[in-house]
Amino acid sequence: MRTISYKSALNEALDHALATDPRVVLLGEDIGGYGGVFKVTEKLLEKHGPERVMDTPISESGFLGAALGMAAMGLRPVVEIMWVDFMLVGADPIINQIAKARYMSGGQIGTPLVIRTQGGGGRGNGAQHSQSLEALFCHVPGLKVVMPATPGDARGLLLAAIADEDPVIFIEHKMLYMTTGEVPGALELIPLGKAQIKRHGTDVTLLTWSHTLLTALQAAESLALEGVQCEVIDARSLVPFDIALVAKSLQKTHRLVIAHEACKSFGPGAEFAARIAEEYFDELDAPVVRVAVPDIPIPYAKPLEALVLPDVAAIVAAVRKVCQ
Amino acid sequence: MCDSPERWYRSLFLLRRFEERAIDLFKEGNLVGGSLHPAIGQEAVAVGVCAALREDDAMTMTYRGRAQFLAKGGDPKRMLAEILGRSDGVCRGKGGPMHLCQMDRGIIGANGIVGAGLPIATGVALAMAREGKGRVCVSFFGDGATNQGAFHEALNLAVVWNAPVVFICENNGYSEMTPIAHSVGVEHLTQRAEGHGVHAMRCDGMDVRSVFGTAREAVAKARGGEGPVFIEAITYRFLGHMVGDSEPYRSSEEVMQWRERDPVAAMRKELASEVAEHIEQEVESLLQEAEAYARQSPLLEPAAIFEDVFST
Repeated sequence: MRTISYKSALNEALDHALATDPRVVLLGEDIGGYGGVFKVTEKLLEKHGPERVMDTPISESGFLGAALGMAAMGLRPVVEIMWVDFMLVGADPIINQIAKARYMSGGQIGTPLVIRTQGGGGRGNGAQHSQSLEALFCHVPGLKVVMPATPGDARGLLLAAIADEDPVIFIEHKMLYMTTGEVPGALELIPLGKAQIKRHGTDVTLLTWSHTLLTALQAAESLALEGVQCEVIDARSLVPFDIALVAKSLQKTHRLVIAHEACKSFGPGAEFAARIAEEYFDELDAPVVRVAVPDIPIPYAKPLEALVLPDVAAIVAAVRKVCQ
Repeated sequence: MCDSPERWYRSLFLLRRFEERAIDLFKEGNLVGGSLHPAIGQEAVAVGVCAALREDDAMTMTYRGRAQFLAKGGDPKRMLAEILGRSDGVCRGKGGPMHLCQMDRGIIGANGIVGAGLPIATGVALAMAREGKGRVCVSFFGDGATNQGAFHEALNLAVVWNAPVVFICENNGYSEMTPIAHSVGVEHLTQRAEGHGVHAMRCDGMDVRSVFGTAREAVAKARGGEGPVFIEAITYRFLGHMVGDSEPYRSSEEVMQWRERDPVAAMRKELASEVAEHIEQEVESLLQEAEAYARQSPLLEPAAIFEDVFST
């Protein structure tokens, strides 16, 4: 095992994919010479050349559509959309084209492409650069949605996303790039659709993903001091979603808290709570409690932003509530 | 394709008759879903451009794309089956007339979103350039699409990437129901392409030879690595935007004037009547065969609606 940053883990996955699969092509704004604004693609242009690592104009709608054309011809484009907020400029290619091409063509068109992006708050970037929009993409049939929280998961899941035959929306988190963690020596795929227990516990199941995992683990530490043992599950993939692992945990804990950085209303937590209620109602000893961002745009001023993002206190309070 | 009136007429008449029959089927009720957007009047653009292509070239088109589908060698039987939503349709009945696609003929697909095909075609062309087999991709769209961001983004990307793509603008004078004068501020749409540094050409879209000659030159440029080309083909749709369009935006005199330039009728005049009739009989029997095939094709099994969302 080695300890590397989340950013380096992603870079290793891209480097490996470029080196081992000639069909892989990276496209995005400032990903070449500059190495990406978060430096995820650093040195990849030098190593693999401009045909494999392509700087694009600021033209999300255009190059997302082009990526579909490239995928239809057998390439495996990995597109970087600098901020998840900019995905909305490319909503037509993502939602109307990429997500539906296989279906509308009766299976004739393959869409093996990955759209990497990053979201979330914590840097004072304001309302148009801090969103957590995963629910939008989860809502569209035909898209897979992956949100890794650790360097190991980031590398393994990105390799799996690139190897996947379907379009994958791969949402990184801007506050995770500099975090570090252990990765295995060999570059191994982590299958999509598999959640992981990041901390074992018996009293409450705490379902989360992306940067909120770090907050949830801190909350679990703190709750352990009070004698409440949380089982923290990192969903890792939202589509497909590993409901079986959550259900198995609930057989022990019978209590569920869902914590995420997306807005509360119509957020992924609402969907997961509904599914648990529909399919595993008998396992629940208490109503599901959600911790999420309130239904407002993310405010700019950092102290104000901190008020809306899920923090340890909010998760601790939710766990206490579900234990009442 | 050699410049033979017989061959031109066969293609033009085929497109015309299949479109007329598609409209009949639509009007029959309960057979065709949604809306149908007839290409009658615009056939010379599809035929002239596709005649300039190789079989392994690719194409995107619009919801008004049945003419191009047939001109590019798409299967007429499976096209009609798709329009009827049947399991033997090219898209298994999941696409419909707005989403025709036949990958083994290089028909990447029709599109229900105005302008969306241009970036896709640009990506296809880029992938083709990397194969080094000299393949090109053409993208058909209307004058209305030149107002979309996707048009401008695609032309710019194509120039920057030197992609072998030929953009075919079928300028029929109306963006759906709105006259072009209300929605475009330039005299010629070629100016828009030139503004992006794309080589631009114009042709008479009612004259298949004018289209063919222009397309041949454009395709040769793209194939030769000289980058993207834009063609503005001046054409006209004889029928409404969709079946049922009340057409208050234009006069019957205007339609009649354009009908005098009917590309199908014009080519027929070049043929001896018995030659024309022979071609017509051939097309009619192909049409009957295709319709019989489509009508007898079953609907997809209900369970299969869940297939093709993902690869597995």
